[in-house]
Amino acid sequence: MNKQTLSLLTLLIFLLTFTLPSQAKGTGYIFVSSEKDNSVTVLDGKNYSLVKVIETSDRPRHLAFNHNQTQVYASCGDGESIDIIDIAKLEVTDQIEDIDDPEAFDFSPDGKYIYISLEDDGALGVIDTASKKMVQTIEVGEEPEGVMASPDGSSVYVTSEVANMVHVVDTSTWALKANILVGKRPRRFAMTPDNKELWVTSELDSSISIIDPKSNTVTQVVKFSPKGFRPEDVTPVGIIMTADGKTAYVTMGRANRVAVVDIPSREIKKYILVGERAWNAELNRDESRLFVVNGLSDDVSIIDTTKARVIKSVPVGRVPYMALIDD
Amino acid sequence: MIKHESKSLNIKILSLKIRLTIVSLTVVLAAFTCQTAIADKSNNTPASKSDDKVFNIGFIELKKDPRYKKNTLFARFMGQALGRPYAGAALALKEIKFHGTELGISFDLQHAVAKKEKDISTKVDELYSDGIRFILVDLPANELTELTKKYSTKDIVFFNISAYETELRQSQCQSNLFHTLPSHAMLADALGQYLISKKWRQVLLLEGPLAEDKLLTEAFTAAAKRYGLKITDKRPFELSNDPRKREKNNVTLISNGDQDVIYVADSQGEFARNTPYQTLNPNLIVGSEGLTASAWHWAWDRHGAPQLEKRFEKKNERPMTNIDWAAWMAVKAIAGAIQSTKSTELKTITRHLTSDKNLLDTFKGYASSFRPWNNQLRQPILLTTHTWVVDRAPITGFLHQTNNLDTLGIDQRNSQCKF
Repeated sequence: MNKQTLSLLTLLIFLLTFTLPSQAKGTGYIFVSSEKDNSVTVLDGKNYSLVKVIETSDRPRHLAFNHNQTQVYASCGDGESIDIIDIAKLEVTDQIEDIDDPEAFDFSPDGKYIYISLEDDGALGVIDTASKKMVQTIEVGEEPEGVMASPDGSSVYVTSEVANMVHVVDTSTWALKANILVGKRPRRFAMTPDNKELWVTSELDSSISIIDPKSNTVTQVVKFSPKGFRPEDVTPVGIIMTADGKTAYVTMGRANRVAVVDIPSREIKKYILVGERAWNAELNRDESRLFVVNGLSDDVSIIDTTKARVIKSVPVGRVPYMALIDD
Repeated sequence: MIKHESKSLNIKILSLKIRLTIVSLTVVLAAFTCQTAIADKSNNTPASKSDDKVFNIGFIELKKDPRYKKNTLFARFMGQALGRPYAGAALALKEIKFHGTELGISFDLQHAVAKKEKDISTKVDELYSDGIRFILVDLPANELTELTKKYSTKDIVFFNISAYETELRQSQCQSNLFHTLPSHAMLADALGQYLISKKWRQVLLLEGPLAEDKLLTEAFTAAAKRYGLKITDKRPFELSNDPRKREKNNVTLISNGDQDVIYVADSQGEFARNTPYQTLNPNLIVGSEGLTASAWHWAWDRHGAPQLEKRFEKKNERPMTNIDWAAWMAVKAIAGAIQSTKSTELKTITRHLTSDKNLLDTFKGYASSFRPWNNQLRQPILLTTHTWVVDRAPITGFLHQTNNLDTLGIDQRNSQCKF
């Protein structure tokens, strides 16, 4: 009897260990998706050497960690899937299938849902993370791009590149509760850490529109005009903010630069020269390094944030899109 | 004993398995019902509410338009139409569904087809009396000019989406006529920039007998002068199999010479199509075949172009061409101006179209706007082969004092247009 209980217990423990997600926090790995190579490149966090090239479905673009940072979710536009990479194994171990042209996505704050822009359908999709099923689609303007869940979980923000709008979706009814007109071809979001300002980049307007999330109105527009550039060559896309809410880094696309913006004063402190068509940017945990992904020079520019200059360029796959750091 | 124990363990495991199955089943069921609950809640606010006012944009075309003969469409000559451009206008409708939300309007198209040339003005009169003030015109240059002149004193504007003639933007320009399609001059300049950037200076010009062929030659000759290309010779070609005319119809004979490239001016495309690989020397062909300057090409893969192309092909089962793009662009320009100015008033909108605040997304990169001196949409031009976009003009290094896009076509200082 005792023996039996013991065996059962052992079995249970064995089962539990097996099903529990593997812990891989803090590998320091830098994951970079490459649109044309159908792969995610993994770089070492210290010396930036190549660790592995993970094969994925076709055209991986947006990357995000799961709730406990053991997996990387990679939306694959032409593969019509979200591939799930196990960080401990560094391979695709699972997949959410049959999504028509997925692009950017964000998890709901509780991790239950994935909000994803469906480029071909002109819709925002809601995927149940556990069942991996699409439970809702909400029609928005054509070519939806950037997606962000509000920190309190009540809203989802999605840009439409074609409608020049930020749509605000109410997560309790899945209805559109606001359509905010912003600069031409809006792309990506960042929320200030105090949740009081939502910043959105506008690629064709060389600007950032600052939205008050309470009233859903644009309160201010910050224009970028690096010296020697015409407005049409300045195409902001990626944006990331420091945890203290003081600095925003904004990629300038065709202008091959990253703008350093002082958030409280809106002042543009500096334009840092990086690779060609600077797309998305990511900070490491202690914010000492900024990683800028350059879509047209197939590399990542690594910036020392205290010196505000590039210390190294690392080649990655063809047409890199985004970086994610496991630290 | 061992046997017995293991059997009992087996039973235990089995019962554990059953319990686990039940638990997981419950979880799945719960999840499932939860999903249904969510799905039931779908009551998305549509972009256009039923009480929205409809803002109609007109579209006029000619039934017997010689540019859309079945045989021509089937032949798929470079730079030529593959179908009526109305398809492009219709595609734009879905993209502008949110452009009128602030004004409480939704957009629609009114498609008018004139049976014969003489019916055009009756059809446009009908559109006008329906309150339509913005009309896309898919007509040959002559009919277009006649139409815009007739309405020159009325509160109505037209958008040229299918006539390339440079003169429509020069001496024949009209203040009530906007052009989203690039002119022959813009296309020729794009090619000129490319050839000189490759240092392919020596160009043999082959010209067809049609009036439209002469327009291509004129545009290319001007571009050659502008960018320092040398036209080594200009030879007439003829579309025939007559051996007595071999000096004009035999590509091997007609292509003899020391040039870098051969420019073929063939507005119809049938002769041009047979020129590559038929030349005496291994020359490249440009112009109406080989490397062609285009407003649009299905293979352009930046600035959201593949998404637009995909949407178009899904609906129309053919690639998008120059004129489809121009029609799409015209609808987007009108709706974009309404969205930006928050007005549907004609004067406000036309003023916005040519203002430097207008930033139109052509899906070819660079924010574009209409040139105030002749109402032409400035835009990048694609240098295309049958399967690829080789480059995009303005070619890197071609600069202009105010807007690099104005290195293509009629600039303000050589404009003869007077409104």
